[in-house]
Amino acid sequence: MMMELLQQYWQQYLWGSPGHWSGLVVTLWLTVASVVLGFALALPLAIMRVSTRPWLAAPVWLFTYFFRGTPLYVQLLICYTGLYSLEAVRATPMLNAFFKDAFNCTLLAFTLNTAAYTTEIFAGAIKATPQGEVEAARAFGMSGFVLYRRIVLPSALRRALPAYSNEVILMLHATTLASTATITDLLKVARNAASDYYLPFVAYGLAALLYLAVTLALVWMFHRAERKWLAHLRPVQPDANRTKP
Amino acid sequence: MLLEGYGPQLWAGTVETITLALGSLALSFALGLIGAAAKLSGRRRLAVPARLYTTVVRGVPDLVLMLLLYYSFQDLLNRVTDALGQPQFDIDPFVAGVTVLGFIYGAYFTETFRGAVLAVPRGQWEAAMAFGLTRRRTFFRIIFPQMMRFALPGISNNWQVILKATALVSLIGLHDVVRAAQDAITGTSTKGGYHAFTFLMAVALIYLSLTTLSHLVFHALEVRFSRGFQALT
Repeated sequence: MMMELLQQYWQQYLWGSPGHWSGLVVTLWLTVASVVLGFALALPLAIMRVSTRPWLAAPVWLFTYFFRGTPLYVQLLICYTGLYSLEAVRATPMLNAFFKDAFNCTLLAFTLNTAAYTTEIFAGAIKATPQGEVEAARAFGMSGFVLYRRIVLPSALRRALPAYSNEVILMLHATTLASTATITDLLKVARNAASDYYLPFVAYGLAALLYLAVTLALVWMFHRAERKWLAHLRPVQPDANRTKP
Repeated sequence: MLLEGYGPQLWAGTVETITLALGSLALSFALGLIGAAAKLSGRRRLAVPARLYTTVVRGVPDLVLMLLLYYSFQDLLNRVTDALGQPQFDIDPFVAGVTVLGFIYGAYFTETFRGAVLAVPRGQWEAAMAFGLTRRRTFFRIIFPQMMRFALPGISNNWQVILKATALVSLIGLHDVVRAAQDAITGTSTKGGYHAFTFLMAVALIYLSLTTLSHLVFHALEVRFSRGFQALT
């Protein structure tokens, strides 16, 4: 039984077949796409969030408040079922075409969700920029865009790295919700296999192991990245008080 | 009519969600204390299983673990009842939900408490020892109250995550607020129109008010446990 399950499903668990991608490949694609798009959204939003002008900061606050205060599953349902129930959406050809596709809805919900969390992480890191760095930059005549590009963002993004790595891993785990929207990600394959063979432990256990492997790989990659980009924040004494990975 | 007469169902679902979240919080809190104690015990046969627990549980998505544990246990039970010639025994979805969520977030609480205990200055243990307090007494009278101050931000965070994770239990058949909304959507689907959007936004607002309320409660707790310390900012 278990061997049969493996023989029939191993390819679907990993990549499926060209044109019918499934399993791990879909999960990784969803993770990468939502994290990259979320990052691109979060960067300008974080800068708006720390602005002293209320008309810039308040809308971003509301956005992160809504998306961090409600479950991703509910957000996905709103994108997938809720918006499509609106007459205005169905009547607009472009919106209709977009929201008809489960993959678009899923990616939209995931992107907005991770953008909200990432915005808060980046905004926190920007706020923690030492005052002296900004003062020195201003003394050199930098302001606005140049100040952010050369001084604030390089140090803030570095400081945000540990929290950001956490968010990326949570996003990988959150992609499992795509299986509820008919997308054949890794969990969906496991659910199919489990109901086909009545072997829930094997079917879900296999998926769990693959997710664990990807998580550990991500942890290792971010650990390497922290060693490289946060080297200046490491304690000077070798090995004493070394922070754990 | 407001919510098409499905208000009571949504309310019942909300109550179910809150009960589930509180039950899971209690269980994961207890597991977290045990896990942290095991990790800090310095004994390998306790620390190694605890480390395995936190690594595996935090490395696997909660939805996968939820389905894995729920269906595997049901499968195991079916095999046992079959072997004994007994009728099938179905796991209660509520008990399953609390157990599974408690088990998963116990791993996160383990890390929270471990960090918090380590943040209490060593001198506190030494002073308690000098007064002749037993280890147990030292923990409950001296360390625990101080540890809570360091643990509260983590607890608050974990609680918010648990609250939002309860939305997933509708997938194992529990009648929480998400399920209530989905039932309402199916019930009103023949009428057409905006119902799916309305009900789902109602659920989102319910969750939003719950997370807001939790924020206020935890803020009050943080003030309470920080008595005698200056505000850090």
